[in-house]
This record gives sequence, structure tokens and C-alpha cells, in this order.
Amino acid sequence: MSAVDKVASEAPPVEAVPKRSMTLGTGASLLMLALLIIGPMFVKNFIVFQLTMLLIYALAVLALNILTGGSGQFSLGQSAFYAVGAYTSAILMEHFGVNYALTLPVAGLICFGFGFLFGQPALRLSGIYLALATFALAVAMPQLLKLGVFEHWTGGVQGLVVTKPDAPFGLPISQDRWLYYFTLTIAIGIYIASVNLLKSRSGRAFMAIRDNEIAASAMGVDVALYKTLAFGVSAGITGVAGGLGAIAVQFVAPDGYTITLAISLFLGMVVGGVGWLPGSIVGSAFIIFVPNIAEGISKGLSGAVFGVLLFLVIFLVPHGARQVAIVAQQMLGKLTKG
Amino acid sequence: MTAMLNIKDLRAYYGQVQALHGLEFGLNEGSLTTLLGANGAGKTTTLRAICNMVRSTGSIEFDGASLTGRSTENIVRLGIAHVPQGRGTFTTMTVEENLQLGAITRKDRAGVTSDIERMYDHFPVLKERHTQQAGTLSGGEQQMLAVARALMLRPRLMLLDEPSFGLAPLIVRDLFKILGKINREDKVTILVVEQNAQLALELADKAYVIETGRIVMSGSAAEIANNEDVRKSYLGY
Amino acid sequence: MELFINQVLAGIATGAIYACMALAVVMIYQAIDHLNFAQGEMAMFSTFIAWQLMQWGVPYWWAFLITLVFSFAGGIVIERMLFKPLAKAPVLTNVAGFIALFAIVNSVAGLTWDFTIKPFPTPFGSSPFLGSQLISTHQAGMIGVTVGLLILLYLFFQFTRIGLAMRAAAALPESARLVGINTSWMIALGWGMASAIGAIAGILIAPVVFLEPNMMGGVLIYGFAAAVLGGLTSPLGAVVGGFLVGVFENLAGTYIPGVGNELKLPIALALIITVLVLKPAGLFGRPIVKRV
Repeated sequence: MSAVDKVASEAPPVEAVPKRSMTLGTGASLLMLALLIIGPMFVKNFIVFQLTMLLIYALAVLALNILTGGSGQFSLGQSAFYAVGAYTSAILMEHFGVNYALTLPVAGLICFGFGFLFGQPALRLSGIYLALATFALAVAMPQLLKLGVFEHWTGGVQGLVVTKPDAPFGLPISQDRWLYYFTLTIAIGIYIASVNLLKSRSGRAFMAIRDNEIAASAMGVDVALYKTLAFGVSAGITGVAGGLGAIAVQFVAPDGYTITLAISLFLGMVVGGVGWLPGSIVGSAFIIFVPNIAEGISKGLSGAVFGVLLFLVIFLVPHGARQVAIVAQQMLGKLTKG
Repeated sequence: MTAMLNIKDLRAYYGQVQALHGLEFGLNEGSLTTLLGANGAGKTTTLRAICNMVRSTGSIEFDGASLTGRSTENIVRLGIAHVPQGRGTFTTMTVEENLQLGAITRKDRAGVTSDIERMYDHFPVLKERHTQQAGTLSGGEQQMLAVARALMLRPRLMLLDEPSFGLAPLIVRDLFKILGKINREDKVTILVVEQNAQLALELADKAYVIETGRIVMSGSAAEIANNEDVRKSYLGY
Repeated sequence: MELFINQVLAGIATGAIYACMALAVVMIYQAIDHLNFAQGEMAMFSTFIAWQLMQWGVPYWWAFLITLVFSFAGGIVIERMLFKPLAKAPVLTNVAGFIALFAIVNSVAGLTWDFTIKPFPTPFGSSPFLGSQLISTHQAGMIGVTVGLLILLYLFFQFTRIGLAMRAAAALPESARLVGINTSWMIALGWGMASAIGAIAGILIAPVVFLEPNMMGGVLIYGFAAAVLGGLTSPLGAVVGGFLVGVFENLAGTYIPGVGNELKLPIALALIITVLVLKPAGLFGRPIVKRV
């Protein structure tokens, strides 16, 4: 190695998003909330199920957003955390008879620990190297779940069937609708907690690391701690989403959690706007509905149609839904002034 | 003498922020002009605007032809060499490769080879290090390399952005002596942006003073050096 | 011991595939500073073009040549049409673009040529090489072509003006523009070259893995891993990385109990990550000193 190598003040991979623009205004938040509460009352059960999945993937995208948009670390391994969460819930429910609601905190905690531990070796990697490491995790996870040693618990290649919970206290609503509102409650709770996390001291530390790691450590931010913490939090939320997903789909199997899921979540983050938490639900909608739309347009070329639609989105709004929100806000500002 | 570079009503912007507010000045062919000003006055922005490296409006004419709308690389191909702040050295490449890069747009291979030898005459230290990675050079040596790289273009106009930055006073003197020689012998028109006003005024024959994006004073270097305000603000006596 | 040597040899033979792909990966990384996730699909598409030409009766080497020219031009067209408009977009948006390109190419190839596997001819024959049962003449030919390509690339980047200009544009785009280099076209040229190298890789790999739209999936992952292991800035590193990954993969499959075909990939990746944790810039990469 030569004595002096290239000195580069590398641009951070994720653009700096100011703290206040990571969230939504009060008015818009309440409107969104009302839509989410009232909307499902008037649609068919299957659509309610899809809306439940929308919330679940939105949570998973949100988790990735905290990791990437918040702390600047990139992950292609979110599907692994999602899988661990899903299996935790499924195993607790089916083998130990634990109540479905109680399995979720356990799934979250186990994934938090898993993510925190995974964050340790990942500390030495960044950018493309971290992408490769997390990618390896995503590739390995379905194979590990298939291993004969765990087969008694995981059901091997066959997977596990999960019982769908009924609405409690004899409430007169369908299972799907109950699960939707159950998921909505959890999603809102996690969203509010995440917004507060990013506004807190820890959130500032995440963002300082994202924007300039060396400067952050020079200011006394414990870089190693906060980077692994970001991994832990992100994995924990993903794990809860995975648990909810297992309950909603009523089934877990290794091939449901391949790298494709991780890539979908990544696309959801980009489409929603990296670092903009409310965008997570837009991104989630994109990854749930656009493949269906593509299939509807052309069965044989659904992949190509999906690709073209994705290109259209990133050409029109390279910064994702965040960009739309900013433009809308400016126009609204002009209207109220004029 | 005809004006080689003519700038009128130049305004430049960084995003929403306006950095130049209607700058006007000209450079005569063969002159050595200096642009003085404090930090943030807009000196670097002026040079970047000439090479279309920052969004700007107004007119910039070089030899009577407008530079508006031309890309940076096309402007350079007209014979305008720019030694940027921080030198822009290709640190992972050798000294000789850096010099070759300076002449990358030229087609006359023999001329390039002989020009590299000429640069080694101007700057003997570069010859000693010609196979070394440019990043291993000291700051002064890298500045010499940056000047030499710019000269490899056989420019008609050379723009230098704070060549004295971070260099020891003795090295700065050497460098400025060489710049004077290039101006006289090779007939290269030079525009040098400096914070080291004293040295720049000794070297230059014409000077402009820029403050918050506007030219506030212009004249021969001697006149400017004797101006009371300039003496107080920039020369410190 | 003999088993060990045999497995190493077999690993080198498969490693040649990865090395070839890794070269294409490094090429594009040098030009655009990203990993192109659609690279494998582009290579697959090029290979189908060659196959189609041969189906129409074009002789092997002519088909090879036409495919190279087509791929080179195709790479440039893709860059101009799809990625030049994204030049100012965030990095992650560009990555999403690669994924979109992946979906498009894969889907179009599937519709045009369907998903049944097709045999692909080799110009080197497939008899045992020098009497060894482990390396065929095709694999030996592949190693030869990879090494030849590496040497050509080295000569190109070290001794031609355009190679020098490409390196400069990749290292410091702003300085490159200031010496008159059209950096935007250098990027397009990088895409073209990477696409052509990918085509060579695809044509060499197809006789081993058989031709079908998903043939490059696994290969590209190993190719990435190889490039990263060798250090993304070094073509030599990419080739060495490719051979190492091939050997890793084979030895893991042989010596670690319970590792079937399914776990070979995760284990190879885990090994690579271990290397990276110890040496974050890769074996041959240049560490970048960061400045605040």
C-alpha cells in the first residue's frame, strides 16, 4: 500500500434530511388517520386483508427507513429479520399456545437482539460492503429455516400453519377487520414512537453519524453504540411486522422470506422517500399494488411492466413521495397566501 | 490591446442563494490580472462561473464568442485552463499521468512530449518525482503540478484560484516568479484570485477588488496598492 | 490430500466463471461508482442474442463478434436513455433503477425465448483438459480468456489516452472536466465496455450452466462477492477474487458437514464477509482515507 492514498471527502450515501421534514404536519396526519380508520369499514374482506398487509409492509419499510434514512446504514437483509419475527410468533402460538398479541413483543425483542448482534460485525463495513453482508444474511435465512435440526419447531420446508384470531369480547366484526384494526393500533404506536425516537437525542446521534461519521465521533457520539442500536431498533420493528404478517397470512414457510422480500422493502423505501417516515405507507402501497397492476396489464411481461412503472416513478420523483409532499406543501402555502 | 475576456452583468447562484450580483470586468490579452477580496466575496464563484461550474446568468465572452451554454469541458477546450482551489490533483495517478491528462484534448503527440520536458525545466522537482503517485507530493509540489498540468493545455487564458493557499512563504515567492515568467515568455493571459494581496499586487499589472459579489474598485496594480482603503483592509498597514 | 487438490482444481474451474463476471462488475464500478444489479441480466440477454444468431446459421465467431458490438452499443444506449437522466438523483434511486432494469430485461428475455434451458456450444470442446477429469478444455479456455481479458484491460487503462481519461473521470469528475474530458461520455463508454465484457462472460458461462433467463442469478452474486473480495477498484483483484470464491465454495461443500448445495452460497458469503471485516477494502483494494 502506498504511503498516501486517495483522500476523499466522500459524500454521504444518504442525503441529509432535516429532522422536521422527516414527519408530517398535524393536519395531514389526522386526515391520514381518519382515512385509515374509516376506509376499511366499507370494503370487502379481501381488500381489508390487503390493507392489513399494507400496514404491515409499511412498518417494515419504516424500520428500514430508520436504519438507512436515519443512521445512513444500508441493508438488504430486512427479510431475515422479518422471517425471524414471523417464525417467533408462529412457533409461540402453535407450539406453546401463547396468545397472538403477546407473541409480538417477544418477536420484537428477539429481533432487536438479533439485529443488535448483527450490527457488531457490520460496524466495520459500510456502503457496498454492508449491502453484501446484509444480502448474505437474507440469502442464508430461508436455507437456515429449512435445516433439519430445527425442523421440529419450524416445520422445515412445509412451514407452519397459524391460526387466525377471532375478535375479542364477542365484537361483531369479521376476523379480517379485527386484525386490521389491531394492526393499525400497533402501527400507529410504532410510528409515533419512531418519530419521537428520531427527534430525541438518539435520533440526533443517528443523523450525525449518517451525515458525517468522523465528525460525529469527534463530537463525542458513541458511533459504535448508536450504529448497532439503529440496527437493533430497525430489526425489532421489522420483527413485529413479521409477526403480524404471519398472523395475517396464517402461514409461515422459508420461501416466503427470500431476498425478493428484502428488495421489495428497499424499493418501498426509495419510492416513499428515503428518510421520510410517512412515505413508508406510500412505498408499501407501491410494492403491494404495482406488481398486481403490472400483472393486469400484461401477464407475460409483468416484470417488464413493473420495471417500466418503477422507472417512471423514479424519473418523475427521484426523491420519492417526499418530493410530492414538499411540492404539495409549497403549492398549499401559495394558495393560502394568495 | 483588445479585451480577451469580457464579463457583463454576471450573477451566480448556489441553489436559492445569490453569490454574484452583476459583476462586470474584462481581461486584456497578455495581461496578468488579480482579483482581490475577503472570504466569501465571490472570487472563487467568479472563476467557477467562467467555466460554467455554477449556475449563472449574464454574458461571458471569450475572444468575442459567448461562453453561455457551453459545458465545462468545451470551455476548457477553447484554451481556458483552470487551476481550482484545492488543486484538483489526480492523487492516485503518477505525476507524469497528471501532466498527460492536462494535454488530453491535444492531438499533437510530439508537442505533448516536448511540453512535458518543458514543464520539467520549469519545475525540476516534478522531474525527480515523475513516476511517483501525485498524492505523495507535498502541498507546494502539488501546486506546481497543478500549474504545470494547466499549462499542458497550452492555454491562452489561465485561471488560478488561490495558488498560495497553505504554502510556505518562500514557496509562494517561487511559484509567483514562475507565473510571471509564464505570462511574459509564453504570452499566457493570467487571472489569479488571491487573499495574499501584497504578493498578488507585486506580480500583477491590473487588479480588481470584489466585495459581496460586486466589483468595488479597479485599476493598475500600483494604483490599487496605493489606495488607502485597500491598504487598510487587505494589506494591513 | 488428493481430494483436497481435486476440489481446489474444480473450484478454480468454477471460479473462472465468477472471475469473468467480476471483471465486468469492476469495470462498471470504476466507471459509475455503483454496482449494477442488472449486469447479470444484461449478460444473459447478450448470450441469447448470440444463441439466436447461431440458430439463424451464423458461425460461432461471427455470432460472438456481432454480439459484442451489439452489447457495447446496447450498454451505451441504456446509459443514455435510462441512467443519464438519473445522474443527479440520489444513489439509492439509482439502485432502484438497476432493479427496474433487471425486471425488464429478465421479463423480455423470458417472453422472447421462454424459460426452458437450452444447450450452448463451446468453441473449446469439452474433453478432459490435459487428462484431468476435473477441468475440461472449455473451462481451461475460459480461464485463458479471462486472463487475456484482464491483460487487455490493463493495457487499455495504462497505456491509452482514452483509458487514462476514463480513469480520471472516475477518480475526480470535476478535475477531469477541467482538463477537457467529457465525463458524461466516459460513463457511457464504461457502460458499453462493461456490457461487452458481460457478454463475453455470459457466452463463456452458458455452456456450463445452460442458457435460460435466470442463468445469471447465482453467477452474478458470486461475481459481486468476488469483486468485493478482491477490492472493487482492482481488475486483478476481481479475477483473483473470482478464483478464490470458486475454491471457497467447493471446499465448504466438501469439508463442512451438513453443507449441501443449498448452504454453499451462504457459507461462501460468510467467509467473504469475514475477510472483509478483517480487511474492509478487499484484498487488492485501495483504502480510502476519509476526511471530515
